[in-house]
Amino acid sequence: MDNREKVVVVRDLYKSFGDLDVLEGVDLDLHREENLVVLGRSGTGKSVLIKIMVGLLRQDSGTMQVLGKEVSKLPLKELNALRLKIGFSFQNSALYDSMTVRENMEFPLVRNVKNLTKKEISMRIEELLEAVGLPQSINQMPSELSGGQKKRIGVARTLVLNPEIMLYDEPTAGLDPITCVDINNLINEVRERYKTTSIVITHDLACAKQTGDRMAVLLDGKFKAMGTFEEVFPRAVDERIKSFYDYNFINS
Amino acid sequence: MAGEADDRKPLLSKKIDKFFTGLADAWNFVRRFFQEVFLPPYEFKEVIHQCYRIGVESLPLISLTGFIVGIVFTNQSRPSLSEFGATSWLPALIAIAIVRAMGPLVTALIAAGKVGSSIGAEIGSMKVTEQIDAMEVSATNPFKFLVVTRVLATTFMIPILVMYTDFVALIGSFINVNGKELVSLSTFFVQVFDAITFLDVFSSVIKSLVFGFTIGIVGCYKGYHSSKGTEGVGRAANSAVVISMFLIFIEELLALQIVNAIRGL
Ligand SMILES: Nc1ncnc2c1ncn2[C@@H]1O[C@H](COP(=O)(O)OP(=O)(O)O)[C@@H](O)[C@H]1O
Ligand SMILES: [Mg+2]
Repeated sequence: MDNREKVVVVRDLYKSFGDLDVLEGVDLDLHREENLVVLGRSGTGKSVLIKIMVGLLRQDSGTMQVLGKEVSKLPLKELNALRLKIGFSFQNSALYDSMTVRENMEFPLVRNVKNLTKKEISMRIEELLEAVGLPQSINQMPSELSGGQKKRIGVARTLVLNPEIMLYDEPTAGLDPITCVDINNLINEVRERYKTTSIVITHDLACAKQTGDRMAVLLDGKFKAMGTFEEVFPRAVDERIKSFYDYNFINS
Repeated sequence: MAGEADDRKPLLSKKIDKFFTGLADAWNFVRRFFQEVFLPPYEFKEVIHQCYRIGVESLPLISLTGFIVGIVFTNQSRPSLSEFGATSWLPALIAIAIVRAMGPLVTALIAAGKVGSSIGAEIGSMKVTEQIDAMEVSATNPFKFLVVTRVLATTFMIPILVMYTDFVALIGSFINVNGKELVSLSTFFVQVFDAITFLDVFSSVIKSLVFGFTIGIVGCYKGYHSSKGTEGVGRAANSAVVISMFLIFIEELLALQIVNAIRGL
């Protein structure tokens, strides 16, 4: 069927916090250079899923293989090596408040790539700021940036180590519609330019349609629907997926 | 009535449970510090940066407080000494009081309020805005970068600040003594240094190291374990101050016992 390399393979993944069952049997195959959009209402465990992917959380049972390795079984050293291949763009950008944009971007670079000259570091940072369209912000503090600018810098910071996989946690949440479109374009550009495989978490269908090859809807701890936008939404049977579509449709 | 008791029981056991898991967490946190402090990579630059920040944050308040403590303490001690016609002992008395107790205590309490709360709030807000997670996924050990550096910085800086406070307080005292008893600067300080023993200075430094460690580790622990939301950050900062002040008093009492035991040898 599909012969492309599988970058992420998830099988029967379970995760709960105390009495709260969050993921209840998630299955997923993500292929190289694919852009998967994960949709779902807030609190369904979308962030938990990608946090398990980078080893920030650990599943209760099931497997989570990234680039051929079971994340939960990796010793810290190998886990860190794997993490360098994954760019994680956090929901609130998670820029380091006490550092300038330049220092934010240097942070992962100087700690993980040895023997870089000052000039090489500077060039890399400037190139990426150029790519996200914010070269003038290099000496600003995060508190001086708008929400959309923070998102861009956050993305640039994750790109600094040339990740193979990009995970975007609600990249357009809390942004105005025009900025949303900008961020969606940025996600597509990053994908084309850096040949990344990505997962984009969102509850914004416009964003999903614009950035995703494939949609996956997380409901009741499982992926309830998976396929292209056209396959999943207009013909949705599940009332909740339908209401998702209707809501976004009426609002846009 | 029975129902009421039943409602209360799980609540109480839950609280006790929480207290002990909290204690175990705190112990693990301290242990982790000692495990990681000796392992590379060392974040020297960040330690220096934190030392600088601690100095800048607490210097104005410490200067003012130390100076006033010196003046007030001298002024208030004078009447009881003059009853015995012993006001010439003032410099020695003040020196001992400041070096043994007032200097370390005043400095540590002010630093707990200023520095401890700001560490708690800073790390707490980094926790809730996922900055700590961001460090972790960029393969940097956030414990090492945030906690180890800050704890080292407070541990080294508090003794230095204590010496500074001692000095400022003695200046305050000198101004008061000089005004009343017309003692010259050199006489004053000769008397001061005659009164202070090596054990006084040594125990003051050790005590200050412990105070500094306490302020750093409590602030970091509270921040690192702060709950989600801005409210959680506020609570982290607040309990960092309360708990470190409490511990500082306990440590002061313990130090007193130990030093007295050594003196008795
Ligand atoms: N570290 C955690 N500890 C306890 N509960 C958590 C933790 N992380 C997430 N949860 C809970 O898991 C559920 C799913 O969270 P999340 O994945 O963040 O939702 P979302 O789909 O909106 O991203 C939520 O109810 C949340 O409260
Ligand atoms: Mg989320």
